[in-house]
Amino acid sequence: MEKALEVTQLSISFGGLKAVSDMALTVNKGEIVALIGPNGAGKTTFFNCVTGLYRPNTGSVKLHHPERGEVELKGLPPHSITSLGLARTFQNIRLFSKMTVLENVMMGMHSRTKAGIFSALAASRSAKQEEQQIVDESYELLEFLNLHKLYKANAKSLPYGDQRRLEIARALAARPLVLLLDEPAAGMNPQETQELKELVYQIRDRFKLSVLLIEHDMSMVMSLSDRVYVMEYGSPIADGKPAEVSRNPAVIKAYLGEEYHA
Amino acid sequence: MYLIKRSLLVSIWFVFLTLPLLAVKVDTTNETLIWRWENMLYVGVISFVLYMIWMLALRWRSRQRRSEEVAQPRLTNFYGNITDNKLIVSLFNISLLSILVVLPLLSSGYQINIWTTSLIYVIIGLGLNIVVGFAGQLVLGYAAFYAVGAYTFGLLYQNFGVGFWVALPCGAAIAGLFGVLVSLPVIRLRGDYLAIVTLGFGEITRLVLENWIEVTNGPGGISNIPRPALFNIELSDTATAIWVYYIVLFLMLVAFISLLRLKNSRVGRSWIAVSEDETASEVMGINTTWAKLTAFALSAVWAGIAGVLFATKTRFINPDSFTFMDSAMFLCIVVLGGMGSVYGMLLGAFAIALLPEYLRAFSEYRMLMFGAAMTLMMIFRPQGLIPPKVRRYRISKLMGKEAQS
Repeated sequence: MEKALEVTQLSISFGGLKAVSDMALTVNKGEIVALIGPNGAGKTTFFNCVTGLYRPNTGSVKLHHPERGEVELKGLPPHSITSLGLARTFQNIRLFSKMTVLENVMMGMHSRTKAGIFSALAASRSAKQEEQQIVDESYELLEFLNLHKLYKANAKSLPYGDQRRLEIARALAARPLVLLLDEPAAGMNPQETQELKELVYQIRDRFKLSVLLIEHDMSMVMSLSDRVYVMEYGSPIADGKPAEVSRNPAVIKAYLGEEYHA
Repeated sequence: MYLIKRSLLVSIWFVFLTLPLLAVKVDTTNETLIWRWENMLYVGVISFVLYMIWMLALRWRSRQRRSEEVAQPRLTNFYGNITDNKLIVSLFNISLLSILVVLPLLSSGYQINIWTTSLIYVIIGLGLNIVVGFAGQLVLGYAAFYAVGAYTFGLLYQNFGVGFWVALPCGAAIAGLFGVLVSLPVIRLRGDYLAIVTLGFGEITRLVLENWIEVTNGPGGISNIPRPALFNIELSDTATAIWVYYIVLFLMLVAFISLLRLKNSRVGRSWIAVSEDETASEVMGINTTWAKLTAFALSAVWAGIAGVLFATKTRFINPDSFTFMDSAMFLCIVVLGGMGSVYGMLLGAFAIALLPEYLRAFSEYRMLMFGAAMTLMMIFRPQGLIPPKVRRYRISKLMGKEAQS
């Protein structure tokens, strides 16, 4: 199978604390991969390293770009990483709260468009066309996520679940090769979680991308993902098919404690 | 009822507090005490009324907040409706512009001077709005860029005899360069730290101008700065004042239109995104360093232009025109007008420039009134007099549908 994202030997420490050490992970094309682990295992830190918000001390993050081949992402600033094809959502929703729903999605298209100051000042034809294209494409994305009726509303006025989906729409606007979702189902009820699962499948099929997600909802992880990675104290302890991982004694120990070790 | 009870309590408390000050007076010649009870009545009534108004205003505010939270579409109010009507907006623009065009022809020289200052303040407000209102970076030393523009013209004239039309682009460019130079070290700073560094930069610039006597002539300043030329035609004093006014008006229009265009562009959106959440915008593919740098540079360019205009208007510059007070006043224009709002700058600048002129009677209390006005503003209308307008988007798909139905 063709690889989409390949992380090897990734480590980062803050002072004396080794937050992530020797983490390795591969996401194949069209695959949905879950990253699980107890609270504080370093999952979000790992995401931050991959997307460039933190600078990992060692290791490499390689993205397989259809035109550019294999690109090393480590050391690049976050905005370059996004334009190369990695987009993410945040665990604690980070929408632009003063902007409307539509404008939030438009922000996601920033890396794919290029009108600069001078074309904006001159109000050139190409800048106007690009602007209209941004608006229309963003609206289509909202339609896909069934948020289009609310496009004029303030982003922060949306119900919680819609805000999460809006963040996904904003990330999709960057047309990523790999979509990173940080706890997309957090705070959702079972029905919403079910819908989210369907949505992830739809996203993968429509945009032909790979998904890497952090999740706590076990039933979702087990039924949704093709493969699962488990982290504990910043290190990988297991990986494989969901069924294999859920039988792995090390995983059971990490989640349930020593005495349940059967 | 609660309101009256509270107000009554407050007024009694005030009466008690001011009793020894305002009611008791010692008559030193007769060595007797004079009781001025009528003063107490005034204090009581005034504090009662003022407190009541204060409480009512606070209630009105909290009601407003609540209704804002409930209302989903932000544009259902009257203001939103009229600003969406293209005809009304263009009528408003045309009438405003024609007033501004006709104004100097009807006023005295003194008044033309005031109007010119107000328009320069509008340019400053617009320029500062780029970095404060759009990009959300608190700059407390904006007068420094203004000074760079003014002194560029002054020094170029003094040393090389350069005229206004050459100095204008030079002032803009050098101020822009300063903007870039200052922004390079401060770009990584956020919030308070940035404010302090820009404050320091403003003071350093002023001190350099004051103390580098060989070059800037220190506190003595530079005088006899030429007026802009008009094809070598000799103009009378009033005519030159009008000519300067029109140049300023034209440049203000350029600033105004360019800000309107920038605001609704990809670049403007990236500035606003940076001001809201730097991490999220970085992850959305915005080069935040570049965004802040361009905001700083562009903002400084407009300050430079305003500085050149100021120099040619007053014909004399010295460091006293570029103090921290001026920076603070420029910030007031932006806050008063509405951060991120373009039309608001007109109102903000005119308020800041004109009120002190027309309130000369209260000149002793000017700063006091200024402070009180800003405080009230922050409590009751933090978004400014004219908050930024929410943009309406034309979605091609929906346009088709609407045309059919």
